[in-house]
Amino acid sequence: MKSIRNITLAGLALAVLGLTGCERLPMETKQIGYRGTGMEQVINPRTQAEVDKANVLPVALDPAPAGGPLAKNIYKNVQVLGDLTEGQFNRLMVAMTLWVAPEQGCAYCHNVQNFADDSLYTKIVARRMTQMTQSINAKWQAHVGETGVTCYTCHRGQNLPSKRWFTEPDAQMAGRLLGYDAGQNRAGVEANANASLPYDPYTPYLLQDKEIRVNGSTALPTGNRQSIKQTEWTYALMMHMSQGLGVNCTYCHNTRAVAEWSQSPPQRVTAWHGIRMVREINNEYIVGLTPVHPPNRLGPTGDISKVNCATCHQGVNKPLGGKSMIKDHPELSGGRLTSLVKTPVASAQ
Amino acid sequence: MASYQNLFTQVQVEAPSYMGVPLDRPRDNNERLLKPLHLHILGRIGNAQIGPIYLGFLGLASLIFFLIGFTAIGWNYLVQVNYSPIEFVRQLFWLSVDPPPPQYGLSIPPLNEGGWWLFSGFFITVSVLLWWMRTYRRAIQLKMGTHVAWAFAAAIWLYLVLGFFRPILMGSWGEAVPWGVFSHLDWTAAFSLRYGNLFYNPFHMLSIVFLYGSTLLFAMHGATILAVSRYGGEREIEQIVDRGTASERAGLFWRWTMGFNATMESIHRWAWWFAVLTCITGGIGILLTGTVVDNWYLWAVKHGVAPPYPEIWGPVNDPSTAANAVSAGALPPGGAAAPAIAR
Repeated sequence: MKSIRNITLAGLALAVLGLTGCERLPMETKQIGYRGTGMEQVINPRTQAEVDKANVLPVALDPAPAGGPLAKNIYKNVQVLGDLTEGQFNRLMVAMTLWVAPEQGCAYCHNVQNFADDSLYTKIVARRMTQMTQSINAKWQAHVGETGVTCYTCHRGQNLPSKRWFTEPDAQMAGRLLGYDAGQNRAGVEANANASLPYDPYTPYLLQDKEIRVNGSTALPTGNRQSIKQTEWTYALMMHMSQGLGVNCTYCHNTRAVAEWSQSPPQRVTAWHGIRMVREINNEYIVGLTPVHPPNRLGPTGDISKVNCATCHQGVNKPLGGKSMIKDHPELSGGRLTSLVKTPVASAQ
Repeated sequence: MASYQNLFTQVQVEAPSYMGVPLDRPRDNNERLLKPLHLHILGRIGNAQIGPIYLGFLGLASLIFFLIGFTAIGWNYLVQVNYSPIEFVRQLFWLSVDPPPPQYGLSIPPLNEGGWWLFSGFFITVSVLLWWMRTYRRAIQLKMGTHVAWAFAAAIWLYLVLGFFRPILMGSWGEAVPWGVFSHLDWTAAFSLRYGNLFYNPFHMLSIVFLYGSTLLFAMHGATILAVSRYGGEREIEQIVDRGTASERAGLFWRWTMGFNATMESIHRWAWWFAVLTCITGGIGILLTGTVVDNWYLWAVKHGVAPPYPEIWGPVNDPSTAANAVSAGALPPGGAAAPAIAR
């Protein structure tokens, strides 16, 4: 009898060991759809405090005094924010320093001998990012709503947002006889929540605009030739969105019919616009900055680090808990959109 | 006093090694390999005697084909982790040999772009078929029925549908299942997602019924026999020929609790059919998917299987269709008047 007890204990110990990768129960589930359909969100109440702590807004700066000369009239080389008053302009510069380079200060982007000088690449980037922020707030309200975004939404006090991505280089297969990995099957890939799904779902969908939809719209086959492999790529992108937003599939989909819009929660429409927004951000604002970046900031294929859903969301369905910073910084809102600089590279030369 | 009948075997009967019944052909008597070995620990869950093993021509051929396919997969895994043994162990469940990309159709792809999948698939399939022949032939030689071989054939049917018949009907090896632990699970999930939710596939439903039914029957039968083993119930063959009190009590129990009972012999037919039908119906369901039905959810709606539920979010429309672009909010209020954006 003793040996049976020992075997049982060893088995239990093994089972516990096998669960170390799992989060402790119990979870809280919140019903979000019609009863009995399994439409619910799963929340871990023990990690909530940490999430809340990571999503506290920075204290807003005092408002700028009203009136005063315009920035473009008293400073040289103000290309984007020239229509702000001097007070508004300097207040925004201070805010941007706190949001993006609190340790390095002004010198992170500016030649402190001559603030108008464009010799630091970080200044070129900051100018383009300012335009990007204004564009997001003006053009992509279908995704960011009235909440809007500021530099802080992604940067959170760091030079580079913590969640970024590079295109994965091909798995050095040229000239080899074995080892084809089909772009998938790697352990520990954050992008697909550690599945064996494709490890770079970003390049085809958030940089290129490869077809995401795989389901047919008719019961019987009528020519939809999307393959299962194609489905695995879409699946990987969806796992990224789920991870990046800290939500289940059911946040956007009724999982009995994932493709059906009429049964989906409205968040799916917001997410649809989000995918297009990220694609535009990467193509219109980020990729063009590649030539001004020093090589140590570039990825393994010489590409610039790019934006995905997690860059803003950082594991939360509404970045910063849905609290808006735009009311304190109307100069970044869409109404202020001024576009003078065609490409950042041209202005750098 | 120790009792023989319990959840665990507590008393082992030890006996000299038994080499098995003599067969008609001398060759069949000579090809029994390995001197039998007795392990007490195995006696706790089954027979303590290991061996002899009958290898024979079919067994040897099957083993060789399997090892070639298995080694091809393992060698690909090794190259995927750059021959690092530590990474090999760490990533073992993630590594996979995948079928070729869909553009190769049913042609023979380059070796390192799905060719190894085809290669290892061929060798392992031949190995499985040889092993089937072996189970069939051993049964004949032992003058048994061939029930085990046909049950195995049901599993082979499902395996061939997944990796051979359906890819051929779809015109692409890329549709088949990869050789990997997690990758074949991801394939399964993707298969359901691509074809509009496999749970609405009636053959999938049947397969689940038989699968879960098998476990239920297994539990009922195992429990019943253990419960009457104190009356000799585990000697099922004797109880079939000469129904004793164990059989009567077991039958009474089920007749009293659910009104009907299987018999000592028929319970095994129940188990055999449930297990076999799991694979047969499952294989039919897979074979129909993509070839005959493209979206099982829409199929289920069409045939009144999937019920409608009330819309609780108001109309949610596909934003990609032009008619919905404005209503779904692609443009902000007054968006047309917003200043042009630098391009």
